[in-house]
Order: sequence, then structure tokens, then C-alpha cells
Amino acid sequence: MTRLRSVAITVNNQEYKREVEPRMLLSDFLRHELGLTGTHVGCEHGVCGACSILFDGESARSCLMFAVQADGHAIRTVEGLSADEDHLHPIQQAFWEAHGLQCGFCTPGILMSLIPFLEKNLDPTEEEIRHALSGNLCRCTGYQHIVDAVKLAAERMR
Amino acid sequence: MKPAPFEYFCPDSIDQALDLLSEHGDEARILAGGQSLVPAMNFRIQQPAVLIDINRVPDLDYILEEENVLRIGAMTRERQLEFSDLLSQQAPLLHESVPFIAHPQIRNRGTIGGSLVNADPAAELPALMLALNARLKVRNNSQERWIEAPEFFIGMFTTALEADEILLEIALPVMAERTGWSFMEVAPRSGDYALMGVAALVTMGEDGKCEGAKLVYLNAGDGPLEAKEAANILLGEKISDDLIQSAAEHGSEHEITPFGNVHASPEFQRHLAQVLTKKTLTQAVRRAEERKQ
Repeated sequence: MTRLRSVAITVNNQEYKREVEPRMLLSDFLRHELGLTGTHVGCEHGVCGACSILFDGESARSCLMFAVQADGHAIRTVEGLSADEDHLHPIQQAFWEAHGLQCGFCTPGILMSLIPFLEKNLDPTEEEIRHALSGNLCRCTGYQHIVDAVKLAAERMR
Repeated sequence: MKPAPFEYFCPDSIDQALDLLSEHGDEARILAGGQSLVPAMNFRIQQPAVLIDINRVPDLDYILEEENVLRIGAMTRERQLEFSDLLSQQAPLLHESVPFIAHPQIRNRGTIGGSLVNADPAAELPALMLALNARLKVRNNSQERWIEAPEFFIGMFTTALEADEILLEIALPVMAERTGWSFMEVAPRSGDYALMGVAALVTMGEDGKCEGAKLVYLNAGDGPLEAKEAANILLGEKISDDLIQSAAEHGSEHEITPFGNVHASPEFQRHLAQVLTKKTLTQAVRRAEERKQ
């Protein structure tokens, strides 16, 4: 085993200090070290988008980064979306109401991809929405209800 | 699907990174954006003994213009290229092509230097470097040298970079006047690797005749392929649909060597090449004429 390295990573505004092997993927760090299993692991080679998180505010694949690379950086995961246990984030609420999910496996990655997208553009066209979603695979919905949910979220967040 | 163990270094200067690379040589890989290297490590196709992460080396990400040359730092993220006003004005071919690279989440991490050094024949950036007459600045721990794009890409996933060298900067001439550009590709899904892609640049003279033309194909052989004979068909001529058709036929039949894959036979790739050549040349000529006025 290679030498462990100390990391201090801020996840959802809370700092975590751990000793990790350099080869530990950020996705595994979030799930196995921190118990934040909302970040899902699908393909583990950057295709499916289920593990998408925010790295310093921008969406990224957590399966294509090592935890050591996140040392000193700020991560946001799906657990950090809602303000408290009683209120969903407007994007989550819109997904619920517009039936933007069925099995839900892809949903955390999709939500995290949409956060920076809607921060930059609260009046997106359908084409822009579909482009923003192009890096996330969903095998249940056929995407139509997801697009509807994004439109609904954007409308409410304007 | 977990990477094999490796020794990890995270230098904070380029000199330190070069010393580490010189010490570990072939055993080491540079970690830039990691969007091709890390999946390959997850599959254990790549098992480097040493990983040198240059993400904390300062001053390697910039887009500047100096004396009609665009200088792009090797660690500039693809997303920075996508949102650069300077590129949209001075290198619109590059600017317009970046959104074809994978997805936003990948472009947030992926770097121009990483993509060029990886030299995937199906990647967009190597083909664009050929189309744009790029020069690449590389360095080891004792000297620096410049490599022209056609000499840099020497084969599938193979470049002229030595084991102790790091790519530092890409230099591109700003787009010439009266020049039009176009980039198109066909992929099974948005963001997937393209089955075929074409970059075209056309310069039209004051007399309405073609003064310069460049055609580069991606996923058409061992690396990015420039179709010089097809481009020469246009030189010195007034551009007509028939001439574009001739260039497209010549380029797609004689100047590419597509291998085919699970999604497309070589014949279908040639068909795509012909259709895309026609479309890109037509758009590039129209844009060149618009810019003349």
C-alpha cells in the first residue's frame, strides 16, 4: 500500500480531515469515508454522469478525480442542496412535481449538473437544457419529464 | 474499477515537476485534467507507478494575445476556451468547436494540453491544432523547444514529446482576414466521440478566388489528418458547388484511412467525411465572403 496522505476537504460547508491513499477516487471518498452516499457511482469512467458533484462551484465527475486533488477545495453534493430536512431545493421540488425521476439513480448527478447551469441562465431554451443534460444518462424517463422539471425549476427560481 | 496503487507527487512549480519527471521517466505520468488518464487508470489500462499532478502548478492557465499570436497555457481548461471572448474573436474555429468536446462536466476539468498530449485520433483539439497551424512549447529540466503541430502528432496516442518533457504552451496565429471557418462532426450521441469530424478554413482573395484552404479530419486514421490535395483543388479558383464536391470526393476517398468501429464501417465514415467536407467548406466559404465585406 502506498503512503497515506492527509487531506482537508470542505464538503457541503463542513470541513473533513482524513488520511487517504492517493488512488482513492473522490467518489469513493465521499461515499465510503464520509458516508455521503447520495453521490452515485454508475460507470466509473466518466460516461454516465451519476457521480457529478460541484468542485469549487463547477460540475465535475467525482469518479475522474482523486480525493487528494480535492485537498483544500470545496465540494458540494446532493446532500448539500436543501436548506433543511423539511424543504427541498427548488430544483428537487420541481423534479418531484414534474416526475423528473423514476428509479432515481441518475438524479443526484443530474441535479448537481443543473445547479451551475441554472445559476448562469434562468431562462434556458429547451435546446440549452438538453445540451446541459447531455452528460447525464437516464435509462427510465426518456428525459422529457426531466426537461419539464428544469423548465419548472427555472421559472420558480427567476 | 479502481486504479492500481501509485506514488503521488503534487509539485507547486514547473521546475519541481520537471525534476520529478526526469527522475521517474517512463514510470511516471503527468496528471493534467485527468479526463482520459483517470478512466484509463480505473480500467487499469494505465498503471503508472508515479503520478505527477500539475494542477497546483501556478500560471499554466491563460489565454493571451501578443503580436497577432494567441498563447494558451497547457493547463487551460476546455471550459475556459469555451467562454473566452478573445478566442471567439481571434480563433473562432477553435472557440466554436470546443462545445463538441464531451460534456460540460468533462470540459470543466479537461485541459487543452492534456488532450493534445493524449493524442486520441478521435479527439477534436489535435485536429484543430493542425488546422490552426499551432506550435507547441515543450520543456524538460534543461531546455525548451517548439514543435509544429504536424510534427507533434506522430501516431495513435503518440506524440513527439519525450518522456522527460512537459507541454507548456500552445501558440496559434490569429485568424487571417477574409477567412471563413467551419467545424462539424457526427457522433452517435451529443458529447460522444465523433464517428467523423472535419475542420475547414478558407481564405478568399479580393478577386473572389480562393487564396488558402485547409481541411483536417478527425477519427479518420492514426491521428488528425490534413487533406492537402483536396484543399489544393480549391486554390486559385472561384468556388462553386461542383468544385466543393470534387474536393470532398478527393479528400474522403484518397486522403483518409478510417478504421471503422462498432458504430460505423470505414465506408460509412468515408461517406460522412464527404458530406461533412461539403458542408464545412460551404459554410467556411460563405463566412469568408461575409468577412470580406
